[in-house]
Amino acid sequence: MKLPIYMDYHATTPVDPRVIEAMMPYFTETFGNAASRNHPFGWAAEEAVEKARKQVADLIGANAKEIIFTSGATESNNLAIKGVAEMYREKGNHIITCVTEHKAVIDTCKKLEKQGYRVSYLPVQKDGRISLDELSAAITDKTILITIMTANNEIGVLQPIAEIGAIAKEKGILFHTDAVQAAGKIPFNVNDLKVDLVSISAHKMYGPKGVGALYVRRRNPRVLLSEQISGGGHERGMRSGTLNVPGIVGLGKAAELCRTEMASDAARLRQLRDYLNEGLHKNLDELYINGSMEHRLPHNLNISFAYVEGESLLMGINDVAVSSGSACTSASLEPSYVLKALGAGDDLAHSSIRFGLGRWTTKEEVDYVIGKLTNVVKRLREMSPLYEMVKEGVDLSKMQWVTH
Amino acid sequence: MAYSNKVIDHYENPRNVGSLPKDDVNVGTGLVGAPECGDVMKLQVKVNPETGIIDDAKFKTFGCGSAIASSSLATEWLKGKTVEQALAIKNTQIVEELALPPVKIHCSVLAEDAIKAAIADYKAKQEAGKPAGANAQPQPPA
Repeated sequence: MKLPIYMDYHATTPVDPRVIEAMMPYFTETFGNAASRNHPFGWAAEEAVEKARKQVADLIGANAKEIIFTSGATESNNLAIKGVAEMYREKGNHIITCVTEHKAVIDTCKKLEKQGYRVSYLPVQKDGRISLDELSAAITDKTILITIMTANNEIGVLQPIAEIGAIAKEKGILFHTDAVQAAGKIPFNVNDLKVDLVSISAHKMYGPKGVGALYVRRRNPRVLLSEQISGGGHERGMRSGTLNVPGIVGLGKAAELCRTEMASDAARLRQLRDYLNEGLHKNLDELYINGSMEHRLPHNLNISFAYVEGESLLMGINDVAVSSGSACTSASLEPSYVLKALGAGDDLAHSSIRFGLGRWTTKEEVDYVIGKLTNVVKRLREMSPLYEMVKEGVDLSKMQWVTH
Repeated sequence: MAYSNKVIDHYENPRNVGSLPKDDVNVGTGLVGAPECGDVMKLQVKVNPETGIIDDAKFKTFGCGSAIASSSLATEWLKGKTVEQALAIKNTQIVEELALPPVKIHCSVLAEDAIKAAIADYKAKQEAGKPAGANAQPQPPA
């Protein structure tokens, strides 16, 4: 077993060697510009791009013509939300999203608010999922877009996408989903789910960084977008800029591998994830799982280790790469807004660890992580005044804390 | 976040972790911070009634590595000091000793607050222990 262990697959994933192999020729021999229509260099590049378009479309049950390549999911989210907002401005100015969305969605919506749009940020329930009743209640005759993520990047919780899709369809409202964490990991079909726009990123599914895609529905309804990057009219005019051919080839290959290996990967990772969860629960008390265990990505676990602060926990397991919702690990010095939104209390947000398992996670690594975390949590609890107080019968919620 | 070697050393080998009997009249207890802020420090001093010198100090901290190191260092510094000398410890000295980056200065502030709170508790207990009419002064909050 090699140290350090990587268990942060929600942040990014290594590129699969088979993906690199597919990409390699497109840096050197087949280096053409896919927009060069008058010579074989261009034709070869275009052919590679169209093959990748089909591979990405197949992953999500779409038609290849509905895939727009971008620089990544942040751009895809921006293009989907701003593109719809501008294009359908005369129809309405209201957008519905959710408080636990990725910043690429939240901050895009905030920017639109400054431009006169109205945005409803739906709260989430204790399990991290939105309420469909609250969604329905938020819809007005000015609502042009619902944007709700498929799976959350911190807690892995799956939103009821098919149900939201049905509501959106019935009301004639466009529905965008940020599927970055879900695509390639769990079955996803744009027609079954009735989604109109889907954001995808290559580097979350064993492809390279700097490339992503946006699915834009062409039929029932035909979705129009106002372009956000103007230029040569590439990608049906929705996204100009010379295509990143090697990156796109990599995304295509990554999508194909995810599609063919999804069932076995997901089953194996679910087993390992559950083994990790059970191992930690066997050794430690007062663990709290953040978000629904039932509606969750198979490779995600997010646990709060009560009475222990997340950054000190990470310091103790410095040969294991994971993330924490603790304020001390973020630039903003605020604990995770996703965990806060679950309503479990900021103290539990400070004590949280996100585990993201992936294609190269082994049982041996999971065993190591269980052992290491057990020791560190026990050691830090011995050092924790909160743990001592609770063991003495003090109710922490009734304490008067001296805050700054 | 890169940690200084001193922070790592205090984190891995914290000095004086533990608790002193908080009902002892010679023990002062300071509890500062809040769980929702991600930092809680409990710092205790035991003062020798004969010499007026702190001859034991203990801490327990819920917080990041720098918070643990700041309180661990504080207990080291407290031992052998008089109460008045203890009150002269400044957070900036802790920042300097541990090479804390700007985002971690609040950890040192919390440690200074914990020292002041522990001494205030000790003094309040001493005042309460004196006969009625003794010069009892309310302690300012930490």
